[in-house]
Amino acid sequence: MCGIVGIHLKDPALEPRLGEFLVPMIEDLTGRGPDSAGLALYDRTVPDGSLRWSLRAKDSDCDWSAVAARLGQDIGQPAHVTAKADACLLTVKAPADQVRARLGEIAPQVTVVGVGEAMTMYKDIGTARQVCDRYGVERLGGYQGVGHTRMATESAVTTRHSHPFSPAPDLALVHNGSFSNHASIRRRLVDRGAVFETDNDSEVAARFISDRLEQGDTLDDAMRMVLKEFDGFFTLLVTSRDEFAVVRDAFACKPLVVAETDAYVAVASEYHALATLPGIDEARVFEPQPEEVHSWVKT
Amino acid sequence: MGEDVTQALEPSLTEVVLSCRELTTRQINTRLRELPAGSAVRITEARGTHNLAVGLRHRLVITIEGNAGYYTAGLSDGPDVTVEGSVGWGLAENLMRGVVRVRGNASESAAATAHGGTVIVHGDASSRAGISLKGGTLAVAGDVGHMSGFMAQAGTILVGGDAGHALGDSLYETVIYVGGKVRSLGSDSRVEDLTEADVRRVRGILDVAGREAGFDHVAPENVTRVASAKQLYNFDALKNQRY
Repeated sequence: MCGIVGIHLKDPALEPRLGEFLVPMIEDLTGRGPDSAGLALYDRTVPDGSLRWSLRAKDSDCDWSAVAARLGQDIGQPAHVTAKADACLLTVKAPADQVRARLGEIAPQVTVVGVGEAMTMYKDIGTARQVCDRYGVERLGGYQGVGHTRMATESAVTTRHSHPFSPAPDLALVHNGSFSNHASIRRRLVDRGAVFETDNDSEVAARFISDRLEQGDTLDDAMRMVLKEFDGFFTLLVTSRDEFAVVRDAFACKPLVVAETDAYVAVASEYHALATLPGIDEARVFEPQPEEVHSWVKT
Repeated sequence: MGEDVTQALEPSLTEVVLSCRELTTRQINTRLRELPAGSAVRITEARGTHNLAVGLRHRLVITIEGNAGYYTAGLSDGPDVTVEGSVGWGLAENLMRGVVRVRGNASESAAATAHGGTVIVHGDASSRAGISLKGGTLAVAGDVGHMSGFMAQAGTILVGGDAGHALGDSLYETVIYVGGKVRSLGSDSRVEDLTEADVRRVRGILDVAGREAGFDHVAPENVTRVASAKQLYNFDALKNQRY
């Protein structure tokens, strides 16, 4: 069992309150996943052409300023950092591959949690409340966010094994369920050049979708290909910079409730996680049918 | 089994109010168990809370305000429960006797394994409605999702609207009546001719369920009867099994 939440704001006036909406939602699903928790939030504060890196270092006294200074020097662009506990956001105007390679050399103890023009990602073992408090998620703004509470069933409880999985810039996937043919699909993806960070089944779905997107699929099409290729039980919520999409397996074995108003679309594994949202009593509440992809695009 | 539920119900005039904001689910269910039969109770601010009004073995008249969560009124024997909103998975699971009605929609597995009583959903019910039904009646005014009536063994399911894919897969003795369209039949279920007895049976359900809004569109003589084709039917009736 795991818990999934997400909110995609249509009304820009609500954007400063994204974290305030998201934290009670994810915390409410702690019972579905007490092992680890993670969130991805999307905002528009990154300067054009720059990427923002969500980084984490096991050694909490990592000198982030020194890492940024060295990185900036090496690639000839200033790097800005904001540190929160053992996490750090680093913004720099440089190609992702170049930054990743330099980071690996300058600070091998640093893990890249996620990267993007809009996305920040926080995840760790522990309860949703602990993770949200550690990184001050409640105070964060943005236009969409997803969260996951994990009850591990098939691979280790570590930060790396926590959701969301982000195989490409601004792409985040959270999964409730289990895939039975993930090993075969993993082998195919590895043959195509994919590099995996964990032995987790959900990471396979994330990299599968990322691979489809690279081949030119829309997110909706990539999610339909998951239905075709993956065997098992799943409710997936996948977000990109502009899109927010959900799908359930052919048997609808894992729950999902959607609530839509003029101001937002919100989803959660269980309705009570949505019950604190403003205007929920007037929302159109429904469950996606099996094998139906529902998506919303930021306009 | 609880006390005789065939006696006329005379709810007490004073309604007991239990708020989900002030009490835990366990406290609410304990309070319900302590109340004398016939008491009227209003559960407020449900906000999707799971396991409300479960394990009750006496006749209480319970109203739940708003949307309730999973297993509402489950494992009960005798209460009369009305949910004014929608409910989550496993509505009235394993109900023995009593009436459970939902003014909104029910999520998956409504009335799963219910042995008796009547479960009425005014809106739609999701997948696997009436799964493994063992008696009693499930009446859904709207549509039901895929695999409804899966392996249902006894009792009746009435669907006012349309039924999703694989209706009545691996059915035993449960009969399913559908007012609208059947998207597809499951393995070993088939459409059968409607008899006079069927029409009477549907009319009987509507006499109970139809007193409430939402079933006006169901014409007993025009429903589709779905029952087991008995090719996968493996209970041995010669061994005096009861199901």
